Formats: sequence, structure tokens, C-alpha cells
Amino acid sequence: MEQVTLNTADLKSQEYFLNMGPQHPATHGVLRLILTLDGEVVKNIEPDLGYIHRSIEKQCEYEGYKQIIHLTDRMDYLSAHINNEAVALAIEQALEIEVPERVKVIRTIMGELTRIASHLLWWGVMGMDVGALTTFMYAFRDREMINDIMEETCGARLTMSYSTPGGVMFDLHPNFQKRVKEFIPHLRKVIPKYDELLTGNVIFQKRMKGVGYLSKEDAISLGASGPVARGSGVHSDIRKIKPYSALDKVDFKEIIYTEGDNLARYKVRMDEMLESLNIIEQLIDNIPDDGIQAKTKALIKLPKGEFLQRVETARGDLGVYIVSDGKKNPYRVKFRSPGFSNLNALIEMGKGHLIADLVAIMSTLDFVVPDIDR
Amino acid sequence: MILTHINYFADLINYFSNTLGWGFGGKILGYVIIALIYMTFFSVAGLLLVYLERRVAAFFQLRLGPNRVGPWGLLQTIADALKLLTKELFGTDRKDNLLYHSAYYIVIIASLMALSAIPFSKGLVAFDVNIGVFFISAISSVGVLSILLGGWGSNNKYSMIGGMRSGLQMISYELSSGLAILTIVLMAGTLSMTGIVEQQRDMIFLLKGHIPALIAFIIFVIAGTAESNRTPFDLPEGEAELGAGYHTEYSGMGFAWFFLAEFINMFIISAVGVTLFFGGWLAPFGITDGLGPEWAWGLFWFFLKVFLMIFLLMWFRWTFPRLRIDQLLTLEWKYLLPIGLLNIIIMAVFVYFGLIL
Repeated sequence: MEQVTLNTADLKSQEYFLNMGPQHPATHGVLRLILTLDGEVVKNIEPDLGYIHRSIEKQCEYEGYKQIIHLTDRMDYLSAHINNEAVALAIEQALEIEVPERVKVIRTIMGELTRIASHLLWWGVMGMDVGALTTFMYAFRDREMINDIMEETCGARLTMSYSTPGGVMFDLHPNFQKRVKEFIPHLRKVIPKYDELLTGNVIFQKRMKGVGYLSKEDAISLGASGPVARGSGVHSDIRKIKPYSALDKVDFKEIIYTEGDNLARYKVRMDEMLESLNIIEQLIDNIPDDGIQAKTKALIKLPKGEFLQRVETARGDLGVYIVSDGKKNPYRVKFRSPGFSNLNALIEMGKGHLIADLVAIMSTLDFVVPDIDR
Repeated sequence: MILTHINYFADLINYFSNTLGWGFGGKILGYVIIALIYMTFFSVAGLLLVYLERRVAAFFQLRLGPNRVGPWGLLQTIADALKLLTKELFGTDRKDNLLYHSAYYIVIIASLMALSAIPFSKGLVAFDVNIGVFFISAISSVGVLSILLGGWGSNNKYSMIGGMRSGLQMISYELSSGLAILTIVLMAGTLSMTGIVEQQRDMIFLLKGHIPALIAFIIFVIAGTAESNRTPFDLPEGEAELGAGYHTEYSGMGFAWFFLAEFINMFIISAVGVTLFFGGWLAPFGITDGLGPEWAWGLFWFFLKVFLMIFLLMWFRWTFPRLRIDQLLTLEWKYLLPIGLLNIIIMAVFVYFGLIL
């Protein structure tokens, strides 16, 4: 028999591919990641998109300007109101309409409520992704209060379609102020409890600290925005850079952490919830009373030209870019969605980590897949 | 050490074979009856534990849990089991049929055998060997095999990762739980489960061994949680990462066996913990001694203690996040194992110099 000598230097572990998604609990939707793994270590990540592509941008070209707003609900459904607001603001900017002060304040309050609701859901899911299942139920209990407030005023809980060009659809429900004022102290009370349950947990801290590092330079060059960029120390809050609606009247901090890891992104979102409460608190008591709708034509036609409106959604910088040729529907609409750019950051951050860390990193990026795919 | 105490199961076999004079046939009949009792216990306890877990989870999560089928929803898990019975067995294409299907048999056999050596009450233990503790920890490591086989045989990469993780995890944590058990064995001077219980008549071992016993108990609870694959050590399943880990590709009863065995393993871990540290079926401070048949009170105290311990494990599950695989191994090899080794030396010194209470 032939003697086979085994040289240990030749022993290599074999890399293999793993399809994470499109149906996978960690991708929160139908995102497909093609992973190259060595054991459990992620060597390469290749996102594959298109599983929930609904041609929203193309559909916009066939709809009137008032209808576009309803399509944007379905992009990032967790910040539906902020998406609506972005399109409404773009159209108002093009038509040079000055909306009533009441509308501005209502939109800002609604926008911040949406942001809190989105961050609450993120917090619940974040816990689930690292294995703490109870967080989800707690987050949903408190998010439910916001949904009820929304339902009373807009008639919808998730896809509000509340803003229209020139104003808002309906006036506030008489209960609105009372219920928001109930909600603010409630959330202030429960967030320290959230910290006790998850943030302070030693296992959670170990899972988060130093994992998924994104440098400030990378965050800028990859176009990351929102809490992801602010977790890496980038001044990127559109509410501060280019205030819209009533945000120039309120006093609030931009939450920035410089560590650039999972924990920094986590803390940014946790602090943002409290900061949003501050904004709401400043506005809720003095909502001006000057109507809910500026005068617009029944059929809106935008003047020829290009219009851009940026807003800060719960996930980051949403840009609405409308090219008009003067007709009743736009020539081209482009949405610059925060999720798509943040997905690029995942490729940088995930390499060299374990699968479990990849899931945690994805969770701190807070994807809404229809926002990436549109 | 010769065991001379009562064993009702041995009496049963004796009754059939000698008193009724049925000889070998009577012996077989006795064994079959005992096996049926244990299998019934296995499924009933499994279903009840699933129900309990769902209720406890619900109360932790501001929900009510199952409360519609039967009184307080007690029949919910039975309905679920019936549903699983009627479901199609659906596996992957090109799975390794032999390994895939043998996996869930091994898991049931392993947990049933471990169950047989646990003293439920005075004289209520089917397999009363003088190396009971050793037998249980040996048998429970056979359970790892089933998870490895299931993970490998499923022909699915997620299952395989789950299986490999569990191999790493269970073999590592076996060491720690073994050391914790040995610490108590040092104090008891016997490996027999019934012997260990009898030795705690005057004082339970957790108090008797004070500091080293307490350390051993903490190590045992951590290692036990890891061995039964529950959060924060549920990496083999790791639902956020691996779908359902090693049992991703099992459906119907194939899945149900794994699921039931997981709960029975939790029961076994708790039962061993209760036997070693809390005096098993003995009444605390002997408060019910002489108030009726000792075996009946024994059952009551045993299940009460086991319930409290299971509740502790459930509490862990519904509050803690999951560890990462490297953190899991660091915890075992860099912390628990050295502490366990040191602890056993301390215990040996304590026992030698008579420092235990």
C-alpha cells in the first residue's frame, strides 16, 4: 500500500455559501444575503435585491401628485407619515405654497410620533435578534398607544396617508392632545425599564460592544445616514441641517455617539426616542389655529423643473427628487432611501464576524426591506 | 454500599414473578408495566411542561397564553400534539435517511433512560443503581448524538451549523456539570441517587456544604441550562440566525419528539439539581414526616421543588439574550471549568477537615 503522508499545512477549511433569505427570520422581510462562510465566520456578503420590488418610482410617473403620497406609505412603512410629509413638502416647494402654521406643527408632532413608534418596534426586534424574546411584547404594548393615537386622527394605524399637498387630510381628533400628553410620561417611565431589561444586561453588552465597527470616514463615503451615521459620529440629522415644517421652532439635540459600533447605534436610537418626546412636548400645548389646508387646485400641475426635498425618517435621510415637465403627473420621481445606502455599510461591517454578529449588526441597521427595494 | 431500602417497582416485579408465581413471564409483565408508566409520564410531563412554558412566557410578556382549550387551556398542548401526529413527515431531498430518522429515537431513548434513574419519591425509582449520578450524566451525553445526527442527516447547512454548535456546547458544558456533581458526590460519599437523598435527612447539601456547594450549584444551573439548550445558551436552535437549527428539517412527530425531549431534559436537569442540592423528595426540615404515607408526601415535595427549579430556568429563558458561540466557549473553558476544578479541591479540603456543617 502506498503511504500517504499528511502535511498539516495543507489542511484548509473549505469555504461555503449560505443563502440567508429571502425567507429568513433575521432579514425582516425578503432580503437575500449570499454569504461566503468559513465555519461560522463571514468572509463575504453579497446582498441580492428585488424580491419585493414593486416599481414604486415608475408607478409614480403614471399617478397624479396627490396620489403619489399614498404610494410612499408602502416604502418605509414604519415611517409612513414622514414619507408622506416628504412628498407633500416637495410639491409645496414646487408650487411655492405657504402652508398654515397648524399644519406644520401637526406634521412635526405626527412625524416624531412615527419616529418613536418605529424605534420602539426596532427595539423589540433588536432584542429578538439577540435572543431576548420578551422585548418584542413590551415594545408592542407601548407602540400600540401611538397606533391608537394615529387611528383616532387619521383613521389608519400604519399607512396613514395623512399629509396632502398644502395641508393635512383631517383636523386633529379632540382627544389627540390629551392622549399624547398621557403617552409622553408613560414612555419616559418605561424607557428606564427597557434599559434594565436589555441595555444593562451583561450578555447584551458583550454582544454589542465593539461589534460591527463603522468608521466615520466609511460612514460618509458609503452614504450611511440616520442613526447609523450618527452612531459613527457623523453630523447627519436633516432636522438640524435643513429644518422643515415646525422643526426650526423647537429646541432639540442631535444625538451623536462616536464609537461606531452596535452599542453606539443602539444608544442613538434609545436617546432619539427621548429627544422626540422633547420635541412633541414643546409643540403639543401650543398648536396654532389657522386652518389645516392651504388653497390648492383640484388638479395639481407642477411647474417645469427639478425639485428636491430631504427629510429625516426613522432610518435616515430620505430624498424625494421630482422632475416635472409641467404635466399633471411627474416626468420622473426618484427616492433616495436611507435603507439602501445603509445596506452598503453592512457589507463593510459584517466581514470577519460570526453569523450571530451579522444578525445583530443587521438589526442595528434597522432595515425595512420595502424601503431598500421600493 | 449495599442498598437495602424499599423499592416499589422492584416489589411490583417481585409480586408478578414470585407471589403470583408467573416466573419469567411475570417479570416481563412487570417490566412492561413499568415501561408504560414511564412512557406515559414522559409524554404527560412533556405536554404539561410545554403548557407551563407557554403560560409562564405569556405572563412574562404581558399576555395570557393558551386559555381556550379545556380548563385554563390545559388541553391546548394535547390538541397541538394531535395536530402534529396527523401532519405529513416532510424532510429534505437527499437526506441521509438512516441518520435523519434515528436521531429522534436516540433523543427519546436517552431522555427516557435518564428519567429511569431519578428517584421520584421514597422507593419510586425504576433503575436504582449504585452509580445513579454517573449513569444519568453518561446517558444525557448520548442525547448530543441525536442532535449531531439530526443536524448532519438533514442535508441542510443551517441544520449542520446548529448540530455542530450543539456538539461543541454540550460536550464542553458536560465537564462543568460533571464537576459540580462530583463536588456533591465528594460530600455524600456515594454515587447512588437514593443514597444521596437519604444522606440529606438532617440537612440539605446546599446548606451543609455552604460555600463550595453554593458555587457548585451556580455552576450546575449554568451548565444545566447550556446542556438543555435553553436561552441564553440556545445556540443550536438560534432562531434568529439559523431558523430552527438542528430540527429545521423535521416536521410532524419528528419535530415533536425533539421538542418533547427538550422539555424532558429540562425536567431531568432540574430533578438532578433538586436531588443533589435540595434533598430530592425529602420534606424541607421534615415538616410532613409522619403525616401519612412518606412516598405520597415525597412525590409532592419532589415535584414542588422541581417546579421551582424549572421556573428558574424559564425565567432565564424569557429575560436573557443569547450568547455568541465564542463567548459561550470562553465562559466554559476560561471561567466555569477552572472555578469548578478549584471548587472541587476546596470541597475536598473541607470534607477532609470536617469543615462542612
